[in-house]
Amino acid sequence: MATMTVNGKDYEVDEEGYLIDLSQWNREVGEELAKSEKVDMTESHWEVIDFLREYYDEYQIAPAVRVLTKAIGKKLGKEKGNSKYLYELFPYGPAKQACKIAGLPKPTGCI
Amino acid sequence: MSDTKKFLYVNRKAPYGTVYALESLEVVLIGAAFEQDVQLLFMDDGVFQIAKGQDTGEAEMKNFSPTYSALGDYEVTKMYVDKQSLEERGLTLDDLIHLTYEDEDDDYAEKDSIRLVSREEIAALMEEQDVILSF
Repeated sequence: MATMTVNGKDYEVDEEGYLIDLSQWNREVGEELAKSEKVDMTESHWEVIDFLREYYDEYQIAPAVRVLTKAIGKKLGKEKGNSKYLYELFPYGPAKQACKIAGLPKPTGCI
Repeated sequence: MSDTKKFLYVNRKAPYGTVYALESLEVVLIGAAFEQDVQLLFMDDGVFQIAKGQDTGEAEMKNFSPTYSALGDYEVTKMYVDKQSLEERGLTLDDLIHLTYEDEDDDYAEKDSIRLVSREEIAALMEEQDVILSF
């Protein structure tokens, strides 16, 4: 099992770098995961990450991109609820990259 | 979309103890993510999959029942429940999770996803499907 070290503490990750135990997640871990994806985190990025974690907490799944886009639009405003906005934040796929940074498993049905 | 097919997922087993219910749910989510016309039918012990108040603490399995509430977001809006199976187990609609969806064509009004159906209605329902998958 691969590990990732943040502030001297080891965290288990899978072969693609996804965090194994999502309860271990904190912002520092998120920052480190973001670095591995070459994403510079801003408040707009964290907004999506926080949303994903809340969604997972309620439904026990990471949403598919289409569902994420719609839900973001509803919660954070129409101008953010489109794939252009989300792909600007997470160029290699909002569901895949954002879920990884949020410490969630890879979404079901993720392409 | 011309290549949209009508899928009916038939769920007949209790949620835990075997992996059928969880596997079915995963396939449902994948099918729905690919924008197919996805419908679910719960019958026999499958009705327990959407029973309220599930607690898997002692069973060492993840309680995936909250995920059924996300299906509305995936535009899975038709969840059929066999009336007879429910009655045979001493259950009523009130014992099931309140599953809803927002109707885009009706100003996002919240509507119930669960529809109780008779065996005759199930036969007719199966008749109209392109694909039926039984779990």
